Amino acid sequence: MFIIKYIKEVYRGVKSLLVGMKRTLYYFTHHKEIITQQYPDNRDTLVMAERFKGEVVMPHNEKNEHRCTGCQACELACPNGTIKVVFKNELTPEGKKKKAIDKLVYHLELCTMCNLCVEACPSDAIKMAQTFEHSVFDRSELTKILNNPGSKIMDGVE
Amino acid sequence: MYRETSILNDSSPVSPAGDDGAGNITINVGPQHPATHGVLHLVITLNGETIKKVEPHLGYIHRSIEKMCESLTYRQFIYVTSRMDYLSSHINNHACALCVEKGLQVEVPPRAQVIRVLMDELTRIASHELWWGAMAMDLGAFTPFFHAFRERESINDIMEETCGARLTMNYMVPGGVMQDLHPDFQKRVKEFLHLYKRKIHEYDELITGNIIFQNRMKGIGYLSPEDAISYGCSGPVARGSGVSSDIRKIYPYEIYNKLEFDEVLETAGDSFARYMIRLREMQQSIRIIEQLIDNIPDGDFQAKTKAVLKLPKGEFYQRVETARGELGVYIVSEGGTTPYRIKFRSPGFSNLSVLDHIARGSKLGDLVAMMGTLDLVIPDIDR
Repeated sequence: MFIIKYIKEVYRGVKSLLVGMKRTLYYFTHHKEIITQQYPDNRDTLVMAERFKGEVVMPHNEKNEHRCTGCQACELACPNGTIKVVFKNELTPEGKKKKAIDKLVYHLELCTMCNLCVEACPSDAIKMAQTFEHSVFDRSELTKILNNPGSKIMDGVE
Repeated sequence: MYRETSILNDSSPVSPAGDDGAGNITINVGPQHPATHGVLHLVITLNGETIKKVEPHLGYIHRSIEKMCESLTYRQFIYVTSRMDYLSSHINNHACALCVEKGLQVEVPPRAQVIRVLMDELTRIASHELWWGAMAMDLGAFTPFFHAFRERESINDIMEETCGARLTMNYMVPGGVMQDLHPDFQKRVKEFLHLYKRKIHEYDELITGNIIFQNRMKGIGYLSPEDAISYGCSGPVARGSGVSSDIRKIYPYEIYNKLEFDEVLETAGDSFARYMIRLREMQQSIRIIEQLIDNIPDGDFQAKTKAVLKLPKGEFYQRVETARGELGVYIVSEGGTTPYRIKFRSPGFSNLSVLDHIARGSKLGDLVAMMGTLDLVIPDIDR
């Protein structure tokens, strides 16, 4: 009795190993099932999802105008102190002094891509870009100024 | 002979490696060790190859998340919790959002509730997939890792499309979810369900039926139901011992009481039982997703909340079932915009504490199997 049980066990064991090996061989001969992407080689054709949170950017129109009013909602919403708004005084055509943003400083090295600043912005001035290759040689390059030099606020955005 | 007192009276925080003269050898596994899946440091006392004592040393990835949360507002602190149990970050965020909603007494729109449950169950499957691959890799099988990651990748793609991130999503906010579902969401989830059902039999072919795997799992790391309760185990570890502990059934939150699914229970209490629990739990998650995916109600995805959230003075507690067990969020509010104190009851910490109990007397090679079936995520234990 013991011998029969032993042989049965050996047979079952060998069979289970062969079943697993068969599955491995199936993928060895079926190349269409492979889903691996060759990342650095397919960089030209790689499309990121449209909502992918890569970094915060500020879109400008063709007249170099942005939508940022400098309300600091993004600065308050950020959990890490990633965004800093620097102000300047601007003269309106009527000769009045008006507060406007000088720089919107963005520290990419502190950002966790939580999307809270984009949610908080009342005038849709900032959005998330789909870039993800952020590595640089020096840390200071990660501190970015989001508004273009000489840019102005768009007409009609309050 | 084993002298227990010599080890217990040792006042140094880390026992020195080496022989103590009675045949007991103390060795260090970790903090940098491939089998511990993170910076877990185990000081193991061995007699020959038999384990006499396992002593986990924690703190290598302590980031003081609970203290950090005290300086963040109720909207901001949720993103930090993604970094605790990073494999079920949606469920962590969900627990915090639910706890804040309990304090604010906000009614979450039905659409947001369904989206949250869908995301939770997708996360649970993704977490168990990764566990399955890593578990098999611990025991020396390398192929399953790639099979598990194939299915997990399609879930990650769904997350990337709707939430904008693959691991730390920060998608649940107080009052609902951050963005509406992507228009392709239903189509992509159905594609995933199709792929999963076509491929699930491979899991049994590759690992579950494998004789080497079964011999290394069956009867290893026995945990009795009484011990599972007294050590505070939850999730698949407790259910593997036959202790009913599914928070989704016992304390239903969101719409779980309207859904049809079974609480998976095994009574063997060994590593193989805990393994089977997680495989069968994936099937139940698939069942939940199938019920919901065609019945997502229309409406708002987020309730209207104030710009600055203030919780009334008091204490609020909410528990959810993550992929690893019971996660509790305890908020003490003094009425301000930031919490006075936050405490997370993480499932990994209690499940790790049972390791010494189940590992005593077994062989060193089996320790990897036991740690694998406990499904430890070290940032969740340390926070």
